[in-house]
Amino acid sequence: MKHSSQVQDLAQHLDGKRLLLSEIPLRKEVLKQVLKKGFLKTESGLETVGNQLKCRRCGNDDRTLFGKHVCARCQTTCSYCRHCLLLGKISSCQQLYSWCGPERTRPSVDRSLKWEGALSPGQKKASEAVRKATLKQQELLVWAVCGAGKTEVMFHGLETAFAKGKRVLIATPRTDVVKELYPRFASSFPQIVISALYGGSKDRQPNAQLVLATTHQTMRFYKAFDLVVIDEVDAFPFSYDKSLQYAVQQAMKQTASTIYLSATPSTTLLATPNLEVIKIPRRFHGFPLPIPRFQWCGNWQKAMRKHKLPSPLITWIKAYLQTKKPLLLFVPSISTLHHVSTLLAKLSLEHASVHADDPNRHQAVQAFRDKNISLMVTTTILERGVTFSDVQVAVLGAEKDVFTEAALVQIAGRVGRKAEAATGDIVFFHFGISKAMRAARAHIEMMNNEGGF
Amino acid sequence: MRCLACHDTFFEQPVWRKLLMLESPTKLCRLCELKLVPISGKRCVACSRSLDSLTQAFKNGDQCLDCLRWAERKDIGHLLERNVSLYEYNAFLKELFATFKFRGDVVIASFFAEKMARLYQKDFRGYLPVALPLSQERLVARGFNQSSLLMQGWAEDQDILIRTTGEKQSKKNRKQRMRQLHQNPFSLREEAKIEQKNIVLVDDIYTTGTSVRLAAIVLKENGANKIASLTVAR
Repeated sequence: MKHSSQVQDLAQHLDGKRLLLSEIPLRKEVLKQVLKKGFLKTESGLETVGNQLKCRRCGNDDRTLFGKHVCARCQTTCSYCRHCLLLGKISSCQQLYSWCGPERTRPSVDRSLKWEGALSPGQKKASEAVRKATLKQQELLVWAVCGAGKTEVMFHGLETAFAKGKRVLIATPRTDVVKELYPRFASSFPQIVISALYGGSKDRQPNAQLVLATTHQTMRFYKAFDLVVIDEVDAFPFSYDKSLQYAVQQAMKQTASTIYLSATPSTTLLATPNLEVIKIPRRFHGFPLPIPRFQWCGNWQKAMRKHKLPSPLITWIKAYLQTKKPLLLFVPSISTLHHVSTLLAKLSLEHASVHADDPNRHQAVQAFRDKNISLMVTTTILERGVTFSDVQVAVLGAEKDVFTEAALVQIAGRVGRKAEAATGDIVFFHFGISKAMRAARAHIEMMNNEGGF
Repeated sequence: MRCLACHDTFFEQPVWRKLLMLESPTKLCRLCELKLVPISGKRCVACSRSLDSLTQAFKNGDQCLDCLRWAERKDIGHLLERNVSLYEYNAFLKELFATFKFRGDVVIASFFAEKMARLYQKDFRGYLPVALPLSQERLVARGFNQSSLLMQGWAEDQDILIRTTGEKQSKKNRKQRMRQLHQNPFSLREEAKIEQKNIVLVDDIYTTGTSVRLAAIVLKENGANKIASLTVAR
């Protein structure tokens, strides 16, 4: 009797997951019993493909991201994956456990959507496409300009999925996006059990019907979801993309549909066979996207070595500071960030700066949002997923490699996001126009054209 | 090359010494290596702690307060010849050790092992290197002994010590650590022969110095001559 309830617990704990023994809080005897019944599938954590190791959990097959040592557990030389170490070490001698007993069915929830906002015409079309995609196995890309309102486009599709008792994953490479999306989904779907997973979060809802997760957290799931939405697919370089892809592939059921959301889809994504594409070329508020201006500013790096900022940039900053509008200045690297910051301080221009390793990042962004700071210098960390009302944007060194077409389109997309301030200035300060700069401008103009401007 | 700490790839300057395999390839990127602080300047002659960063209240002459306190103890105060360490135990090293020991990323040890080898050659040539052991339970749980991995490539772990209790030193405070002196967790393997030998104990961190002294008691009782310790962090 007691055992059978523990088996139930195990089924619940392992539902749609693939875990290490150390992640399963159960006594060994119960585990053995379940294994005997054939309810548990075990696989070795690392597999050998050809003569190359591959991690079954994260898909890592980079030779330089494996380590090995004489293992005190199995007394042989054991390899382990360094790529997903933060989720718990996977060694050659360890097994991954997944549930293959009776499958759990989920209740269907009718009319779960409690959101009462209205969709723009572009959103409506996309929303209908999403709804259809949830009903049949399909891959759909929602290509929406920055500020089109991608999240709302998901709502009706999710309602349909929940009505069929489907389980949904929304995966994104960025923790910030998970944190931002969670409250919006929680208030729109109050009856649905939702869990938000990112590094450091606790999974209190192991059986949530809707899971919001980062790349790493997605890796614990296995054949769990009927519908997968991947947000901001292009947010990280290819290598990162690859592990998100692997994680998502493992996490979804074979019959699942996939929906990609992006403003700047990569050519690899667009080349996916049988991919259906729906575009939302207009912003939610109906105004066109601001077109970036190119402003030559000479050899700005040389100028900075002589402790000067390029004068066109200073003129721009001072002009807008007088109008009391918030300003965002993007720079290509952390070292440039520090340098620019000291030079601005010398000119007694009050400002804040943020980068990815900055422990005070969230406070600084909040202060900027509250308009306590009017000039913010940043690396590409703030290129997406953030909205500041009536912000004016400049990029210093826009010709640098970090500013890819996608990055520049995203940066330009920070301007004019609110209906009450739908236009604004976006300037690329450069020392020679790059291909990416041209491509970014062409991309924005094309979307405006398609939007009927 | 890929940095052992931050996993970023970096470019290594081609140097003849490295191309000819006289030197092993660089393991940490420049930015990460800068975050490690080698102990330099004036240091405590007994435990290698940097004296420059200590206020006057915590040092006296060429020794730190901790070592002066150890010296007051007649029974075990003079068991340890001295401790020599590579780096200051700062936040970066703490995080790196957490990844190495607790998350089990053992390849990190190879970076320190090279540096330990150099220090051993410089300060303890002729001493018998002995890694501080883990208890059997802990060894199985962790899968490896971090101290013997620090000897990788320059010495064979003699495995002459046994540790019985499995509790973690890092979970105890100073008082609790000192109390252990009466119930020594270490013992010597019967077949070990250490009479008149000089021994250097190898460990990852020297914090209060209790562990190495506990091991030293056992070694001394069994006839060892001089006992010192070599650790990565102080």
